[in-house]
Amino acid sequence: MDWLSKNSGSTDLDLFRRMLRIRSVEETIADRYSEQEMRCPVHLSIGQEAAAVGACAPLMAEDIIVSNHRSHSHYLAKGGDLEAMLGEIYGRVTGCCGGRGGSMHLFDTRAGVLASVPIVASTIPLAVGAALTFQQRRQGYISVAFMGDAATEEGVFHESLNFASLHALPVIFFVENNLYSVYTPLHDRQPDRSLTDYALAHAIPSEQVDGNDVEAVFQSMTRCAQRARAGKGPVLLVVDTYRWREHCGPDYDNNLGYRSENEYEKWRRRCPIETYRAQLADRGLLTPKLETRMTTEIQLEIESAFETARSAPFPDSGTVGLKVYA
Amino acid sequence: MPEPRERSGAQGIQEALDLSLERDPSVFLIGEGVADPKGIFGTTTGLCQKYGTQRVVETPIAENGFTGIAIGAALLGQRPIVIHQRVEFALLAMEQIVNNAAKTHYVSDGAHSMPLVIRLVVGRGWGQGPLHSQSLETLFAYIPGLKVLMPATAEDCKGMLLSAIEDNNPVIFLEHRWVHFVKGNIPAGYHTTSIDGPSHLWQGDSVTVISSSYMTLESLRAAKALSKEGCDVDLFDLRVVRPLKLDEIFESVNRTGRLLVVDTGWRTLGPGAEIVAQVTESCFDNLKQPPQRLGLPDHPTPSSRSLAAAFYTYAEDIALTVGDLAGISPLATRRAADELSVERQTHPIDVPHPSFQGPF
Repeated sequence: MDWLSKNSGSTDLDLFRRMLRIRSVEETIADRYSEQEMRCPVHLSIGQEAAAVGACAPLMAEDIIVSNHRSHSHYLAKGGDLEAMLGEIYGRVTGCCGGRGGSMHLFDTRAGVLASVPIVASTIPLAVGAALTFQQRRQGYISVAFMGDAATEEGVFHESLNFASLHALPVIFFVENNLYSVYTPLHDRQPDRSLTDYALAHAIPSEQVDGNDVEAVFQSMTRCAQRARAGKGPVLLVVDTYRWREHCGPDYDNNLGYRSENEYEKWRRRCPIETYRAQLADRGLLTPKLETRMTTEIQLEIESAFETARSAPFPDSGTVGLKVYA
Repeated sequence: MPEPRERSGAQGIQEALDLSLERDPSVFLIGEGVADPKGIFGTTTGLCQKYGTQRVVETPIAENGFTGIAIGAALLGQRPIVIHQRVEFALLAMEQIVNNAAKTHYVSDGAHSMPLVIRLVVGRGWGQGPLHSQSLETLFAYIPGLKVLMPATAEDCKGMLLSAIEDNNPVIFLEHRWVHFVKGNIPAGYHTTSIDGPSHLWQGDSVTVISSSYMTLESLRAAKALSKEGCDVDLFDLRVVRPLKLDEIFESVNRTGRLLVVDTGWRTLGPGAEIVAQVTESCFDNLKQPPQRLGLPDHPTPSSRSLAAAFYTYAEDIALTVGDLAGISPLATRRAADELSVERQTHPIDVPHPSFQGPF
């Protein structure tokens, strides 16, 4: 039984609520970043919420994900603890890493967020190792490796697909193609080729869906997860999406000239949350009253979580040299 | 303790792997050639047949990939043993080793542990040249969070490997190819040796000598020859390069006032450099001579045996340096060195010396 059917009466509204929650958390981070209390780099996933939510909603609590530098949405979508995430960004002892990792190292073992690491593609083999473990233990769980388009240029991406395919491991390679590696566009980094072609090279199936359409991602991921869970091996899933804010930090960076205002506006009109809000309203599922209640609940949770994080103590400096060895 | 039997270092490693696979279902081997007919110099022979392909995992030629895969498995509590047939292949996996294996426990504030062993083989001899012979312990030992072990004896090949597999930290296990050939009396069954620090191999008051891996065997030959001349060194086998534990060395140097470190790899920035620095900090007032280091000169390993002969450090070099440090008569030093040199010339220069038989 997947997370949603256990936790909610309505998959649709839950997908919407989860996207709205992630958007609100990250907008609050952006708003408060200038207070200079969150003193670590932040890579916001605003605009990419449908990918994370659609990918994680079909997963079981025991399934694991690994993430990269842009990990807030993945962490929250998989059920990672919000207060521990904010505590980490604020560098507090209550953070998920006790203040040792910052925004780029989010993990939550209880929620199945195994690791997040800001070196591109570095966590992909970790997901394959988790899948190998699930296979060795005959546990029936799956792992998901989140990555951006640039990760497909790394050698270890191909090493991981090859190995996973060879052993029919239960792992989903989930590529969020947001068209840019920092400021360098995909077409300056790769020939004119679909990212799903990589799957052909490694003899695994692939799917490509609109990454701003949460239901499309959810349905595709549900198929991929069922296949992997049934022992039929890995899948490469590519979703097309777009980062709204700057590569790193709370602001916008279109002024740098690496992408056009037209392109940005085109993607912004395809906001995953606005689009889905309209769809749910058309279906008569989301009324203004319901949305107001949902927004209020989310805001209260977020305000409380920020307050808890900000009021938590810093780690004792005397502990800095501890836990180098187990 | 069970009855010891004479076994080689390679046989000791094979026994350690077999025993670990048998007692703990979370242990598995992964690497290029682990299941092939040669079985990593005989160290994995028969294990795939006994435990199956899910526990002795043959891999594609993808060092960073399968090292990362092992790290991912270790994050979930498996106890993988990664094998790279030469240290140089592990250089392709440095990203995973340095960024993920070494830091996960610290960054996760202790939530994750990393019960991982990475076996690396240091080649030597038979013209293997620059890329099959590097003893790169310094590269790994520079990284906090890794443990770096260098066994020198057959007993330690088995016992230290068993301890490494039990350990909940990422352990780099550097096996010198010539230590694979070393014979020793190894207890049968599950018998660990410590991975806490150096071992004491020869007692004396003239000079404190500390060496690692294969160079410990050269140092031991030198110690025996010097002893005949009435000069007994205080000889330690380093065994653990990180975390470095030198308390016994400090005690010894405070007594002898003289230190020689013999590195297996390059002399410049080798473990010897760190050891000399720490000894100088701790024992400065008791030093009677400037500490000395021996190790490889600052150039790559050549292939031709005529060139390689001039590259490595031998027991006679150690004897000469000790004699000089100890201030014993040059004639006695020369006699010891000549004895070692004459004996060595009866054997080819590019194969392991046949005298290296335990127990030590």
